[in-house]
Amino acid sequence: MTSTMQSPTSSPTPSPEIAQSLRGRSLPTWAPKAFGAAAVALALVGVFGPVGFWLVFVAWLVAAVIPLWSMIVEGRRKATDRFVTLLVTTAFVIALFPLGSILTTVVSRGAPVLGSEFFTYSMRNIVGEGGGIYHALMGTLLITAAAAAISVPIGLFTAIYLIEYGEGKRLARWIRFLVDVMTGIPSIVAGLFAYALFVIFFGPGVRMGIGGAVALSVLMIPVVVRSCEEMLKLVPNELREASYALGVPKWRTIVKVVLPTALAGIVTGVTLAVARVIGETAPLLIIAGLTDSVNFNLFDGRMATLPVFTYFSIITPGVPPGPSIERAWGAALVLLIIVMLLNLAARLVSYFFSPKGER
Amino acid sequence: MTSIQSTARKRSTPTRPGDRIFRGTSVAAALTILATLAGVALFLTVEGIPGVLASPDEVKHGTTFIDYVVPLVFGTLLAAVLALAMAIPVAIGVALYISHYAPRRLAATLGYVIDLLAAVPSVVYGVWGISFLATALVPVYGWLERTLGFIPLFAGPASATGRTILTASIVLAVMVLPVITALCREIFLQTPRLHEEAALALGATRWEMAKLAIFPYARSGIISASMLGLGRALGETMAVAMVLSASGVITVNLISSTNPSTIAANIALTFNEATGLTVNALIASGLVLFLLTFLVNFAARAIVERRKDFSGAN
Repeated sequence: MTSTMQSPTSSPTPSPEIAQSLRGRSLPTWAPKAFGAAAVALALVGVFGPVGFWLVFVAWLVAAVIPLWSMIVEGRRKATDRFVTLLVTTAFVIALFPLGSILTTVVSRGAPVLGSEFFTYSMRNIVGEGGGIYHALMGTLLITAAAAAISVPIGLFTAIYLIEYGEGKRLARWIRFLVDVMTGIPSIVAGLFAYALFVIFFGPGVRMGIGGAVALSVLMIPVVVRSCEEMLKLVPNELREASYALGVPKWRTIVKVVLPTALAGIVTGVTLAVARVIGETAPLLIIAGLTDSVNFNLFDGRMATLPVFTYFSIITPGVPPGPSIERAWGAALVLLIIVMLLNLAARLVSYFFSPKGER
Repeated sequence: MTSIQSTARKRSTPTRPGDRIFRGTSVAAALTILATLAGVALFLTVEGIPGVLASPDEVKHGTTFIDYVVPLVFGTLLAAVLALAMAIPVAIGVALYISHYAPRRLAATLGYVIDLLAAVPSVVYGVWGISFLATALVPVYGWLERTLGFIPLFAGPASATGRTILTASIVLAVMVLPVITALCREIFLQTPRLHEEAALALGATRWEMAKLAIFPYARSGIISASMLGLGRALGETMAVAMVLSASGVITVNLISSTNPSTIAANIALTFNEATGLTVNALIASGLVLFLLTFLVNFAARAIVERRKDFSGAN
């Protein structure tokens, strides 16, 4: 060991020529960066500039020079690697296009519509221009609040059962499986379920806000159960054992120790679940319907909601179609803003309030 | 020893009313889920059966239930499969980019950006699809008809509005993309670090490392993620209902103005005008959709479950 270390004749680094032959020839390190930057610049000009969308394809071809060059200089394996890098990056850029397109179209066409009248007027007795989304906004808030009031207790207590009481029991395994099944229920089927349920009590053709809330709960409960379960799992067992050791009953341990520890995560999960269902259209189309007037009573007749209002405004715009389509864009923008704010709020809650070390 | 322990335990756990109430409430909540799912199946069946048994002259569509629902099932499957064919390669690429290619500091942010796509409400996708995407695709369809018209898929005549099943599938693909991406990303990130480093140490390039270490490890996860995406695409309603101009035919022509409808879109479009037994037929078609998505999701979970023990991908 020591003798090889001390051999005086061999220098620690091989001569430049040998190093070059060992490493093989390679592209200069600036080449991928330079061509990538040129491609990005070209693509940006193609998307936002006056030249035309075809410039994006030119940009891609510019980026594709790198694998070709590498084929000549570095050989097949390195070239394949660089080509896959290009493909993977392309996939990501492709995924960005619809997002950018949706955000820019909805904001640019919806923003001019927003105004004080748009938020404070309903569509009662409005033909053509004017009117607003007050009724739909109130309907969305009421129905979603009712859905949350149904889903959060059921979801939270189910999660508590699964984690605190059901460990290893057959019922718990079944419930976990059924929650998975529930996650996959198509939203329109949830609407049909609420309709089929309410028809039994109120007769055919029933439309009711609370029915929408029931349908949304079917979609929301599995999301709440899942996120609460994950959060309760994260609570360290030592905390529970410490509490039991002090003689605290199990239910007070859950209420005073387990739930406060997991609170930030639970709030995040519930907010994300609300964000998911607040944009649901299909079930509300079936069971809540649409009306032009403000309706604050969940148990009485049709109730307008933002998604359904957007849908009908653009599908059956009436004559002239212009104002109605404008209102559809405005409502779509408001809906988008609400959903994004809820998502942001969820992230902020989990960032600022989760116990340290779990971020 | 055992007798002392048992008496000690008996004394230390008196039955407190609070405990019993709390336990009862949580069991009741869990049973509510059981009851809800049983209710979904039961009510749909009860309300659906008259629709299945209705004779052709009692319903609006004027055919037997089988003749009514088969084109819809075809359309549902066609749209969903097309959407997945477009979404899966892109989703795997995006997931790989975020998990292994993007700069480490940016990766989490880029993940959030893709997750934003999942947050967009389906009605907004519909509005975007009908007024932006469909019109933007009209020239593309014309070109497809002229150059690839000999393939039955693009036989045309190309739709003048762009509201074809291909447009609907593209919207669906965008909607399921974040679902598949999020799951694949998680699985790619779980690849054992040592496998990756072993591949790199043997001289593999990054792509060869992905082929040798990541993909074999993640295969079952990718399959189940795709199937969950398929379940989502099968049940998606509004985007299809708004984008597609449907006429209830069976055709593989993707760019013409006569398109097969999907179950979910058909329910959304016809439910409000439907009366009597037609409503029951629609509910029965909803039951068919429920069973279809249930089977797909069940298969996906079964794959995850089967591979969980030795792959860690769940």
